[in-house]
Amino acid sequence: MDKTITSFIRALRAADVPVSIGESVDALKTAAFVGYGDRQMLKDSLATVVAKSVEEKDTFDQIFEIYFARDEMPPPPSDQQSESDQPGEGEGEAGADLLEMIESDDTLGMAMAMESAAQRINVQQIRFSTQRGILTRRMLEEMGLRDLEQRIFDLRREGTEEADAQAEALDAARGRLLSQGRDFVDRQFRAHGEAATERFMEDYLSRARLSDLDRHDMIRMRRLIRRMAKRLAAKHSRRKKAYNQGKLDIRKTMRANAAYDGVPFETVWRRQRRERAKVIAICDVSGSVAAFAQFLLMLLYSLTEVIPDIRSFAFSNRLVEISDDMDALQVDEVIPKILKDIGFGSTDYGRAFADLEEQAWDDVDRRTTVIMLGDGRSNYGDPRIDLVKELSGRIKRFVWLNPEAETLWGTGDSEILRYRPFTHVLRRCNTVRDLEMAVDDILRSYA
Amino acid sequence: MFDSIDQITDGLASVGYISTREISTALYIARHLEKPVLIEGPAGVGKTDLAQSTAKSTNLPLVRLQCYEGLDESKALYEWKYGKQLLYTQILKEKLHDILGDAGTLDQSFSKLHKFDDLFFSEDFLEPRALLRALRHDSGAVLLIDEIDKSDEEFEAFLLEILSEFQVTIPEIGTVKATVPPLVMLTSNNTREISDALKRRCLHLHISFPEEMREREIVAARVPGIGDALLRQLVGFVHALRDEDLKKLPSISETVDWARVLMLMHADHLDSDLIRSTLNVLLKFETDIQSVENKIETMKRKASGQKVTS
Repeated sequence: MDKTITSFIRALRAADVPVSIGESVDALKTAAFVGYGDRQMLKDSLATVVAKSVEEKDTFDQIFEIYFARDEMPPPPSDQQSESDQPGEGEGEAGADLLEMIESDDTLGMAMAMESAAQRINVQQIRFSTQRGILTRRMLEEMGLRDLEQRIFDLRREGTEEADAQAEALDAARGRLLSQGRDFVDRQFRAHGEAATERFMEDYLSRARLSDLDRHDMIRMRRLIRRMAKRLAAKHSRRKKAYNQGKLDIRKTMRANAAYDGVPFETVWRRQRRERAKVIAICDVSGSVAAFAQFLLMLLYSLTEVIPDIRSFAFSNRLVEISDDMDALQVDEVIPKILKDIGFGSTDYGRAFADLEEQAWDDVDRRTTVIMLGDGRSNYGDPRIDLVKELSGRIKRFVWLNPEAETLWGTGDSEILRYRPFTHVLRRCNTVRDLEMAVDDILRSYA
Repeated sequence: MFDSIDQITDGLASVGYISTREISTALYIARHLEKPVLIEGPAGVGKTDLAQSTAKSTNLPLVRLQCYEGLDESKALYEWKYGKQLLYTQILKEKLHDILGDAGTLDQSFSKLHKFDDLFFSEDFLEPRALLRALRHDSGAVLLIDEIDKSDEEFEAFLLEILSEFQVTIPEIGTVKATVPPLVMLTSNNTREISDALKRRCLHLHISFPEEMREREIVAARVPGIGDALLRQLVGFVHALRDEDLKKLPSISETVDWARVLMLMHADHLDSDLIRSTLNVLLKFETDIQSVENKIETMKRKASGQKVTS
């Protein structure tokens, strides 16, 4: 029975529920302790041991239902259920057994034979949906499907009426067996393979260039970005006061203990407060970065969830504050809205910086980080380097994330090289992974 | 009480805590595998109460450690009574002369002083805090580490030894091991993600808002004498509220408070004016109250509609 639990845990891991070795030991102990008699109790108790968040509990429920559902093999719709209760022989290896089981209508025995055949050919290794057909066939052959087919063929050749009827019955049984086999492999795929495929796709996507993606990948991408935002939020959302423990504040201690003749009854320790992040994020949503704008906005949205003190702006030529929209609306609503209201115009960086001066200059101080998301292509307008220079001097950090490849910087109307001296960080950023690293960097500077 | 799951449910019910199958199972497994339970869920669903009720129904002492930012081991585990140590040295200053009187050299006086080393770092000067107290109870205890998510990450790491081995190490004294491992419960409101290392060592129990049936039982247990009709209506109304988009959803404790308020006002059924005048018991934000206020009629109807079906 231990094998049941370990392979169940393997299925959980494939579905992105991280089960550590210690936890699997606990799971085995739990299963041994509560037993397999009470399904609900087994489920509840395993859930407390291996699934450690609400999402994981949902996944756990799904996998548990798939995994422990296989005892329900449908009984064949035959009218002669004379010996249906005959216990199975367990390991049905050869084809003769399969024939016997079909004749004696032994569903339990067949289920067990299927189980052990599946183990022998390692159906659990299934990873892609395209493998289902071949694995079903191989599993059934392992159970002796060939012998069954040979028998049907032989009976057909005999040509007698009786033999034909028998062949007909066997053929029907074969059909049932095939569909049972397909269901079985399908369940295995859902338990072991599906999540792995999904992860493979996501891994591929996180490295793909944002500009090269199909519409088809968008949904998956959005999920990926949301998960990234969550991860970042978990890591950085809480700014805390750091106490510099172990360092005595001597001046304050002496002052506090003056009443005790200088004997230090009361000690005062040094403490240090960490700074709160204060961020101004500006996102270019013009035509030249149209393909990226979605992702930049998604990123901006996730940032607003992480950083409490953030003002966000978007521009094509005029700069518009979008903080309120970001706070009030869901990500699915806010991005189309911003793109519709502001997006796809022709860029004017100089104008945007001038607007920033007007709208946010008072709010800028040495604790502020300014994040610019854009390609720096300004349609040959005045880039207002003077404003950027002033800004850069006043703030803590000026971070510029550019979706263009480095080789294109400075070509055509790109002003990015002229802005470069005034940025503290300038990075190329055109995959989800780049985004995550960049944001992680920005947030870490406040930790 | 921990012989079977039903027994746990009954035991908790006897002290007024209406348990669910999941909750009882988690406690059952926790006791028998000797593992701490991490309880998560929205505020006010009875996470802390579960620990208190468990302690009450098992007659074990409850040791509670409230976590907050900056909590460290000197406040959670033990501390040397620094003031007392200092006071003693001041008082003993005169005695020092007697002890060292016949010592000729510095070496001799030093080795004489050495004998008194352990005196100042002994049990007499040790101030045990919650965690140490929980380990030292001979009969075992229920240790409640409340709102672990409010503490710092370093403190979580510090808890690992206690949670997996039920022992702590005090450098000056040695390792203190629990004779009877306490039943440990940690609660978290999910203001931040708990570290994997801690999660690995704990069982995980998620308590969400209760179903209507269970909430009715809870309110009936907490507010004795409440009429059946009112109970159905008010729980139905709270459930309708939880479907709304609110800043803060009303929790069980707020349902109970509201029931008490309605009892005090001698209400035997809900009407819109009554709801409007007492809504501030359920909803704690002005914007929430405003957004609900003009929907009261429909929600009340919805609530009583549920009453018919249930």
